[in-house]
Amino acid sequence: MMDTPDPAGRIDDVLKKIERTRQARRHKFYLRDEKITLSHGSGGKATHNLIEGVFAPAFSNPLLDAMDDAATFSINGTGQRIAFTTDTYVVSPLFFPGGDIGKLAVHGTINDLAMAGAEPLYLSAGFILEEGFPIADLRRIVASMATAASEAGVSIVTGDTKVVQRGKADGLFINTAGVGVLRATWPLGQTQLQPGDKVLLSGPIGDHGIAIMLAREALDIETDVESDTAPLHSLVAAMFAAVGDAVHCLKDPTRGGVATALNEMALGSEVSVALDEHAIPVHAEVRGACEILGLDPLTIANEGKLLAIVAPDKAEIALEAMRAHPLGHEARIIGAVQAEPAGMVFLRTDIGGMRVLDMLVGDPLPRIC
Amino acid sequence: MSMKYVDEYRDPELAKRIASEIGKLSAGQPLKLMEVCGGHTHTIYKHGIEDVLPRNIDLIHGPGCPVCVLPMGRIDDAIAIARMDGVIFTTFGDMMRVPGSKGSLLDAKADGADVRFVYSPLDAYKLARQHPDRQVVFFAIGFETTAPSTAVTLLRAKAEGTRNFSVFCNHVTIIPAMKAILDSPDLRLDGFIGAGHVSMVIGMRPYNFVARQHHKPVVIAGFEPLDIMQSIYMIVKQLHEGRAEVENQYSRVVRPEGNVKALEAMARTMELRPFFEWRGLGFITHSALKLRPEFADWDAELRYEVPGLRVADPKACQCGEVLKGVIKPWECKVFGTACTPETPIGTCMVSPEGACAAYYSYGRFSMASERSRLNILPMTNVKS
Repeated sequence: MMDTPDPAGRIDDVLKKIERTRQARRHKFYLRDEKITLSHGSGGKATHNLIEGVFAPAFSNPLLDAMDDAATFSINGTGQRIAFTTDTYVVSPLFFPGGDIGKLAVHGTINDLAMAGAEPLYLSAGFILEEGFPIADLRRIVASMATAASEAGVSIVTGDTKVVQRGKADGLFINTAGVGVLRATWPLGQTQLQPGDKVLLSGPIGDHGIAIMLAREALDIETDVESDTAPLHSLVAAMFAAVGDAVHCLKDPTRGGVATALNEMALGSEVSVALDEHAIPVHAEVRGACEILGLDPLTIANEGKLLAIVAPDKAEIALEAMRAHPLGHEARIIGAVQAEPAGMVFLRTDIGGMRVLDMLVGDPLPRIC
Repeated sequence: MSMKYVDEYRDPELAKRIASEIGKLSAGQPLKLMEVCGGHTHTIYKHGIEDVLPRNIDLIHGPGCPVCVLPMGRIDDAIAIARMDGVIFTTFGDMMRVPGSKGSLLDAKADGADVRFVYSPLDAYKLARQHPDRQVVFFAIGFETTAPSTAVTLLRAKAEGTRNFSVFCNHVTIIPAMKAILDSPDLRLDGFIGAGHVSMVIGMRPYNFVARQHHKPVVIAGFEPLDIMQSIYMIVKQLHEGRAEVENQYSRVVRPEGNVKALEAMARTMELRPFFEWRGLGFITHSALKLRPEFADWDAELRYEVPGLRVADPKACQCGEVLKGVIKPWECKVFGTACTPETPIGTCMVSPEGACAAYYSYGRFSMASERSRLNILPMTNVKS
């Protein structure tokens, strides 16, 4: 009851119980649902449950089980390590301020390779087209893909086309797969965070998710917010050139935003991440839209930003390298890694309070990529 | 709409100063203040306000989250309507995941029901105009904050003679719920943070009974962190000076008389129900609204057969005690284990305005800091 002081250790027990449950969920996934709901596509916990409950056990092998954005391996003892990934794009609307589904499909797969520490080389492109889809729109999307690929220095070298009956797909869906050459010769990924490391963010967050939402919903909000979709591999190359193996982890905070990406890292490395809300850049218009819509910019998707975990003694050098690159000129150090309490992300809020920053549960914005 | 944004309501230095003033005036005396509104609960957690306040100030999270107080039986009724042939069922996003006795609207949607989320009843009405061959039903929930827009939409539907639109009305009123809490023997409160958006509609006068009959201060507050901090300061000041009054911190938005036009629109379209069930609080007389007989043609409750059954909450769920502030969310037996935001048992864990979801998502830090074992790195090294 409220009027009696909490018995000593009561809060301690509850916290421990919660963290035990959270940790257990990482290893044991509960797929209770009988049908697919939109939550399973959110990139959040329901998606993880689906992957762990259906795909992972069926396809299990050492490369897949690492559950990284891209698989890395070498072929027949050539010694050259390769990264390989795939992603499917169903964004609605197909055209939005700052980009379109084609540009996104090229950039997204390039970024999956870049975050694995690879230099992207070749992409595939698969199209599912709905009967009645205007060829003019298809031309526009394909031209946009071609431009995005050539600007990024990658080639689309194979492809496939299928057409389904009207009503069986929403205009068009695109799948891209990509291969690249691994440049990171050191352990890189979400299990590599070490206490003391700094958290770097390449620029303002939330642009993509908010641009899509405002384009889709007939909201009476006028803004110039554009998707930030961009290929991040040259930014990664600049960071590698500057500090090399001081980069411990790279992640592009897409679905679920910065909050989800950092929680995955904290859980993956069993460390804690502490952020300073004041240090996190957000465009004023994105902040305003988030206020009106009741959303948190930290959980909104980005398509052209990266989070980097860098050893403390090299963090400033990495930051300078990022700022010298057009895609990182607004980069900031936004937080730091510490040992305890493992698996949790904290935020020093704008008014100076401290709170937990959790993963996004239940996506408010389906079909953003 | 312009997108200017106000940082002056989020100044950490000012927050620290107000907190220290609250500390001085309250002089370590334990005070329990209830924020009635779910929007305030959300702000309090999102900005870590409890972490800034002196430890003797205990914020109790009240029943002002419309998703949280809706009983399971009404959700079952909504799902029953959503599953009917030809119906497009429209709802605010956070209702989608609220569990009824047999699944949520999201499950019904996966099962083939045409459930869509909208931002306002007007969006639902536009859908009705776009789909004249379908019946569009709007799941109306919320306090006096959202009731006026439902009312205006109903007036428009009647004026335009739109027959394929109806409202499943679950609007509730805040004052009877506050009365029920004040009359509850479980709880001793020292003051109320009044709901800003509701007060924008109903004005200040309805709160007078709290001050006059129950001798508790009420301060109507805005939704920025410093609004809430300042309103707590105003309550503590009243207590310090031995006053119990209704004050308005949110005067940039709330007029003493409220919004007369909004109240008129509500009065033309809706009337009080004799009683309505609130989750956790039980049946409260005159605490909810239904459509007036003149709007029977737009009343989904009359148009469709619904089960209308009262469904008991799951045994393990203590949402009721949480809503009344009798227990803290983390004191509930299933909090954080069986009941989490991804697998909610009770409504308080679903809506971001729900006390349990807020506690789970943001508040674990305040629990953790209470045990003073956390060693968070000083943040000065990341400021730039």
